Amino acid sequence: MGLAAVFDIAGSALAAQSQRLNVVASNLANADSASSADGTPYRARQVVFSARPVGASSVGRGVRVSQVIDDPSPARIVFDPKHPLADAQGYVRMPNVNVVEEMTNMISASRSYQMNADMMNTAKTLLLKTLSLGG
Amino acid sequence: MLDRLDHYLGPLERSLSLRARRSEVLASNIANADTPNYKARDFDFRTALDRAGSARQGLNLAHTDSGHLDSRNISQATAGLQYRNPMQASIDNNTVEVDVELAQFSDNAIHYQADLAFMNARVRTMMSAIQGQ
Repeated sequence: MGLAAVFDIAGSALAAQSQRLNVVASNLANADSASSADGTPYRARQVVFSARPVGASSVGRGVRVSQVIDDPSPARIVFDPKHPLADAQGYVRMPNVNVVEEMTNMISASRSYQMNADMMNTAKTLLLKTLSLGG
Repeated sequence: MLDRLDHYLGPLERSLSLRARRSEVLASNIANADTPNYKARDFDFRTALDRAGSARQGLNLAHTDSGHLDSRNISQATAGLQYRNPMQASIDNNTVEVDVELAQFSDNAIHYQADLAFMNARVRTMMSAIQGQ
């Protein structure tokens, strides 16, 4: 497969990282959504990456999002008696989104995305030069 | 004569295809920089090139009984691949160090371009020999 496989590998990483960015955006947007469609507070989601082969003849392995899990950490309990969803003691269950964690997750994802895009560019340059070999 | 042309361009061709293979391995490492439990892999270029130059088919095990394993069935794709020793271990058992991998990837890309330049020069030399000007 050679250099052409680099496109498959980096492409799979771009797709996986953009899905991670997507999940981060969803978490950040819903950081204060005390109620979702089923009445419970929004739960943060996290992607799980796993390696996958890109072809029978290739040594390389790409990456894919094998599952999107609900963050198991407990909901944030906030004291706010004026809130319409407050219970008898005046506590509201808020989403378990950790905004600081999500921001670092976002930076990590965008850096990884850039790196893989750079790698794709390098592979493109090398392939184009190979095409003009002997000319 | 064509056989000599093969000898003339052969070593560079082998080097180029090994460089392409190595770029694939390094690209996998960089793509999996965030995958838990992924182990970074690489191969020693010099050893691989020596092996490719000395025996193009590779050495096969003697196969004198039907119960013996046929070494030709062993995948050549993963032959010679080794695991990298991380300098700073990470908590999710991933051994990719992105700075190391990026440095190796760039180094590999530059060597690939150098091989291409040498190949181009050899083709030009042959062309001028053919034209006899």
